[in-house]
Amino acid sequence: MALIRIVAALMLLVMASGAVAAGIELREFDDPVTEKRYRDLTASMRCPLCENQAINDSDAPISADMRERVYQLLQDGQSDIEIVNHMVQRFGEYILYNPRLESRTYLLWGLPIALVLLGALVVVLMIRARRNASAKALSAEERQRIDALINRKRSS
Amino acid sequence: MKRRLLLLLLPVGFLGLALFFYQGLSLDPSQRDSALMARDFPAFEATTLRDENRRVDQSLLQGDVTLVNVWGEWCPACKQEMPQLLELADRGIRMVGVNYRDTREKGMEFLSEFGDPFETNIFDPEGELGFDLGVYGAPETFLVDADGVIRYHHKGYVSPQDVRERILPEVEKWR
Repeated sequence: MALIRIVAALMLLVMASGAVAAGIELREFDDPVTEKRYRDLTASMRCPLCENQAINDSDAPISADMRERVYQLLQDGQSDIEIVNHMVQRFGEYILYNPRLESRTYLLWGLPIALVLLGALVVVLMIRARRNASAKALSAEERQRIDALINRKRSS
Repeated sequence: MKRRLLLLLLPVGFLGLALFFYQGLSLDPSQRDSALMARDFPAFEATTLRDENRRVDQSLLQGDVTLVNVWGEWCPACKQEMPQLLELADRGIRMVGVNYRDTREKGMEFLSEFGDPFETNIFDPEGELGFDLGVYGAPETFLVDADGVIRYHHKGYVSPQDVRERILPEVEKWR
């Protein structure tokens, strides 16, 4: 009985690893740095067909083609920027999860920073206004009026 | 008064951003332009579907406005759009096919069954030309002008309506 269970568990494991290998192929790298670059590059590009999957996470044929191309270009000794340009030239800016900084994307990158700065400015102005208000001393006339009001309340 | 105006800035800013993002919701990300728009048709070297000894390259796309259709026998929408492509060829538009990720046998079978509107079919079994064209799923159709520059891109199935409202006007524009 125990033997059957162990065999079944082993078979399940084998089948599971087969399913994983069908999606993402195993590749050989000369050194761990290239392997890391390959992983980062394929994680930073969006599959053009399946819209919200990175190419390292997608079963679409085009993603397999793109992974293969990234691998080939890495083997050719191209830099990350060259590889990204190679892909963008063919599939467009769309495939980049991190759009590049250029005139078209100034608003995209700049807006959050602008909003944070604006928020900081508002906070500074509010603190200042509050400090000014509390620091302002009462004039003699105002003090007299307050005293009068307090006393009236007490005597009634 | 100044304070009121400042307070008004918040809802106005919010509404502005909300409108901007709302508009983004109705954009269809699959309807984006090809990255090759207004660029030269990529350089390539291949054989033709019918003749494995005939070599063609990008000069094939020069001299006349040409519709380049990327298709494969495995692609159902390619079969559906064949009548529209045959009609375009009947109107005297030069058609070139790219037989994408297919075998010669299946490609020829497809043409004899569904008709052949193409002057030439570039044979691209490994999808190399397709990759350089940024093709990520057949069918895709490119309009290339007489200088070999890509002027229009149609992603997916070409309906009779697309022919009337998009493709024919674009062909006229670049002729």
